[in-house]
Amino acid sequence: MHELSVCQGMLAQVSEIARDHGARAASRIVVRVGPLSGVEPALLAQAFPLARAGTVAAEADLVVEPAPVRVRCERCGAETEAAANRLLCGACGDYRTTLTAGDELLLVSVELVREEEVMSAKR
Amino acid sequence: MCDTCGCNVTPGNAHLAHAPQPEGVTAVSVLRGLLSENDLQARHNRTHFDAHGVLAVNLMSSPGAGKTRLLEATIDALRDELRIAVIEGDLETENDAERVRAKGVAALQITTGTACHLDAHMVHDALHRLPLDGVDLVFIENVGNLVCPASFDLGQHRNVVLLSATEGDDKPAKYPVMFRGADLALLTKSDLLPVLDDFEPARAEAALRALASRAPLLTISARTGDGLEGWLAWLRGELRAERERLATHPPASPSHPHARPRARMLP
Repeated sequence: MHELSVCQGMLAQVSEIARDHGARAASRIVVRVGPLSGVEPALLAQAFPLARAGTVAAEADLVVEPAPVRVRCERCGAETEAAANRLLCGACGDYRTTLTAGDELLLVSVELVREEEVMSAKR
Repeated sequence: MCDTCGCNVTPGNAHLAHAPQPEGVTAVSVLRGLLSENDLQARHNRTHFDAHGVLAVNLMSSPGAGKTRLLEATIDALRDELRIAVIEGDLETENDAERVRAKGVAALQITTGTACHLDAHMVHDALHRLPLDGVDLVFIENVGNLVCPASFDLGQHRNVVLLSATEGDDKPAKYPVMFRGADLALLTKSDLLPVLDDFEPARAEAALRALASRAPLLTISARTGDGLEGWLAWLRGELRAERERLATHPPASPSHPHARPRARMLP
C-alpha cells in the first residue's frame, strides 16, 4: 500500500504548479497509470480524498487514465498488446521484447482555477 | 523520457496533453513522473555512489527469502577482496543490521515504522551517516515485500530479487512489476529443493522469461555455499562494469538537487 505516498508526491507537484501559475486551486488532475507501474488505480483513487485535504487540490477531481501494456518484438518487429505478467510477442511468441507502454506513472495535466476567477465566481 | 523539451509528449499521450478545457479554467500540461520528487532524490543518491566509485545493489524479496543470510555469506566470502557497507531497511527491529555488524561491516539501519518500502529520501539520510570512503560495494537490503519496493528508485545501480525455494515457483507471474525490474534473480535456499516436491526451478525460470526478462537466474544456497561463486562472479563483473563506466564518464560531485523546469502552459 504505497498509493498514499504516491498521492502525496503528486499533490506536492500540483501545489508547486499552482504556485508557479499564480493559481489558488486545482480543479482537475489527470494521471496516467500503467498496469506495470506498481500502482493500483483504484487504491490511488481511494487515497486521493485523504491526501488532498488542506491542499490546493482540496476540491479537485482525480482522473486516472488507464494505459494498455504493449511490447515490441526484437525478433519479428511486431508491436502487440500483452498481459502484465506475460510480456511475450503476440505475433511470434518470442520473449525478447521491449515494453513500449504499460509502466507509466505520469502526471498528465492539471486544471487550475486562477485567483481572479475564484474572486469573480464569489461575487 | 525528459521533462524539459516536451519530447515526453508522444503520439500515445498527446490527446491527454491537449484535451479541451472548460471555460474559466487553465489547463497545464505536465507529463512528468508522479514520483518525480523521489526520482530526483534517487539520481542525487546515485551521484553520491558514483562520486565514491561505489556499486550500489538493491536487494529485494519477500520476507524470509534469505537476504540477510546471503549478505552474511557474501561478506565472509569477499572479506579480503572488497570493502562492503550495508543499508538495512526494516519495519521495527535492528536485528539484521546487528547480524551484519557482527561480521565487521558498517551497517546503517533505517527503521520504516509501518512503511512497506524504502524511498530515495530515506536512503539519502542514511548516506549522510554512512562513510563511503574506501567502500566498494553498498548493499541496500530493502523491506521484505515484493510489491511496493518495485515502485521506488533508490539510486541503486542494480536490482537483485531473491526467490526462495520455499515460495511458489510462480512468484514472477504473481509479482511481475518486481521481477521485471530485476538485473539478477537468485533462487535461494536451494539446499531445500530435494525435500520440496512442488517447486520446479524450470517453472520459475519460465515465469521470469514470460516477463521478457533477460536477467540471469542463479540457484544458490547461502547455507551450504552451493552456487555462491556464480553470485560473487556476477558482483565482481558488475563492479568492474560500473568502474569502467565511471572511467569514461566521470561523475559530477553530488550537489543539491536542482529545481525542476516549470510545467508548460497550454496555448
